[in-house]
Amino acid sequence: MPVLFYISSIVAIAATIMVITRYHPIHALLYLVVSFLAVATIFLSIGAPFVAVLEIILYAGAIIVLLIFVVMMLNLGTETAIQEKQWLQPKTWVGPSILALVLLAEMIVLLVKGNAAADMNVPAVEVKQVSISLYREYVIAVELAGFLLMAGIVGAAHIGKHKKRYLHRFLQNGNGITKTTEVKTEEEKGLMEEVNH
Amino acid sequence: MPAFNSQSVLVVAAILFVLGLIGVLTRKNIIFMLISVEIMLNAAGLAFVAAGSRWGQPDGQIMFLFILAMAASEVSVGLALIMQIYHQHKTLDVTKLTALKDENENVEM
Repeated sequence: MPVLFYISSIVAIAATIMVITRYHPIHALLYLVVSFLAVATIFLSIGAPFVAVLEIILYAGAIIVLLIFVVMMLNLGTETAIQEKQWLQPKTWVGPSILALVLLAEMIVLLVKGNAAADMNVPAVEVKQVSISLYREYVIAVELAGFLLMAGIVGAAHIGKHKKRYLHRFLQNGNGITKTTEVKTEEEKGLMEEVNH
Repeated sequence: MPAFNSQSVLVVAAILFVLGLIGVLTRKNIIFMLISVEIMLNAAGLAFVAAGSRWGQPDGQIMFLFILAMAASEVSVGLALIMQIYHQHKTLDVTKLTALKDENENVEM
């Protein structure tokens, strides 16, 4: 009986439903972490331990941290203190905690039982098999994935860069100075004054 | 020993995908739309891994690795776009981002 698979599936679906119905982005991200952990448990029970570890490290680690940082950066201002007060309320974190505790109980059962893939009666596809196939038949696709990640980095750095709003290079020191300095801070304004003199 | 049925895993993957699709179609905040796209990518990867372990082959897991790389680059570019949108429009509501809308429809060409 694949009981552990059914439990983690129910946890994943419940957490995903909570993700798409929350109003606050941080609450949704808490549930999204639990959803990814539950999917990692599903991977573990269908005989893919390597992918389960990667799911936790990359999805629940890296991507969620990126999203949380952006949500934090976009919520600057006076609302921050009110949000801090709201985050510490128990009804914010008790839902994800309960779902994560269910997953923890599953993990303890798996560790005690020993063989994780025996839950679904499926032979585990080992890491060695995956890596041999990855670097033999799919080596071109690996290099293309490297290109894709490089393009993603360059694109994100280019799009996320703050562009100075100069209209034209002739307007940079003359008429456009009132237009350009209104987006700058005081220090940059002083520095521009020095440059102009 | 009963055989491994991949139908249940595929049903779970389909439910997660549909939930992500509902999130994309119903939410108006652009961050939630990005999160829902992540859910959909994750569900697609789950379907790949289920199919790979159904046949005992490592190809499904390799496809999941590529989906992971694509999701990572996609979320970085998407978040950079969100930052730019917020700095330029001061909103994350997709109904207010109408810079590409064809607004003069009744003006003759």
